[in-house]
Amino acid sequence: MLLNQFLIFAAVLFCIGVYGVLARKNGVLILMSIELILNSVNINLVAFGAMNGDVGGQVFALFVIAVAAAEVGVGLAIVLLIYRNRRSIDVAEANLLKG
Amino acid sequence: MSLSLLAQETTAGLSDTEVGVVNGFFAVLAIVAIIAALKMVTSNNVVHAALYLLVVFSAVAAVYVILGAEFVAATQVLIYLGAIMVLLLFGVMLTRAKIGAETDLDHEQRWIGALVATGMLAVMAFSLWEGFGDDELPANMAPQRTQAVSDAIFSTYIVPFEALSVLLLAALIGAVVVARRD
Repeated sequence: MLLNQFLIFAAVLFCIGVYGVLARKNGVLILMSIELILNSVNINLVAFGAMNGDVGGQVFALFVIAVAAAEVGVGLAIVLLIYRNRRSIDVAEANLLKG
Repeated sequence: MSLSLLAQETTAGLSDTEVGVVNGFFAVLAIVAIIAALKMVTSNNVVHAALYLLVVFSAVAAVYVILGAEFVAATQVLIYLGAIMVLLLFGVMLTRAKIGAETDLDHEQRWIGALVATGMLAVMAFSLWEGFGDDELPANMAPQRTQAVSDAIFSTYIVPFEALSVLLLAALIGAVVVARRD
């Protein structure tokens, strides 16, 4: 098994996630794309851990999973707050800070 | 797959045919994951996008098993497929997204996003290919035991682990404070 097949798979998922963050207007869909990005990073960590026979990669993958759980909790709270204040989670309409 | 890897653990590595089988499994998983991810970012239906994301997460969990990271795979299933997916669906429900197709989920200038993502993929694929070429994973790669992972967490990585505990607590309190009706 090549190391690169895992790394390039992760890179493809990462770029799809980046496209999702850039192209979507719905707040929940943006959060989903961010989860996809974090997941692809985890594949890299685990692949490098397997390459070097080190458990550090897996440990940090677990840490990233925990941070992702925290991130999605706070992110959804923010999206809910935007929805409550503006009756819409369209991020293109959340432009109060625009000069 | 994990069983075959476990069975191989005592002997020296996988044979060529077994590596071929594992690579075939990986190819199927990768194609499924990439197609589901593409459907997720292009779907017109928020609930369908969440379900496509579920497929991606499952495929990635299987890739973890191929890489011998069984505890990470189990955690992926528990946290991502169990908790995060339910949380996202709650988000869909609480923001009263339409159950059904919607028309304006994407920006009008989404081609710029596509351009950025494609360019990024080209750069990353090129640099990965330059950097790692055809480095092989070790042929005698055994699944890393959960015991070894937990030993590492509670000895070498104890400080980041504790910091992470505090971060989770802070994030939970923060989420409650932000989303509370007052």
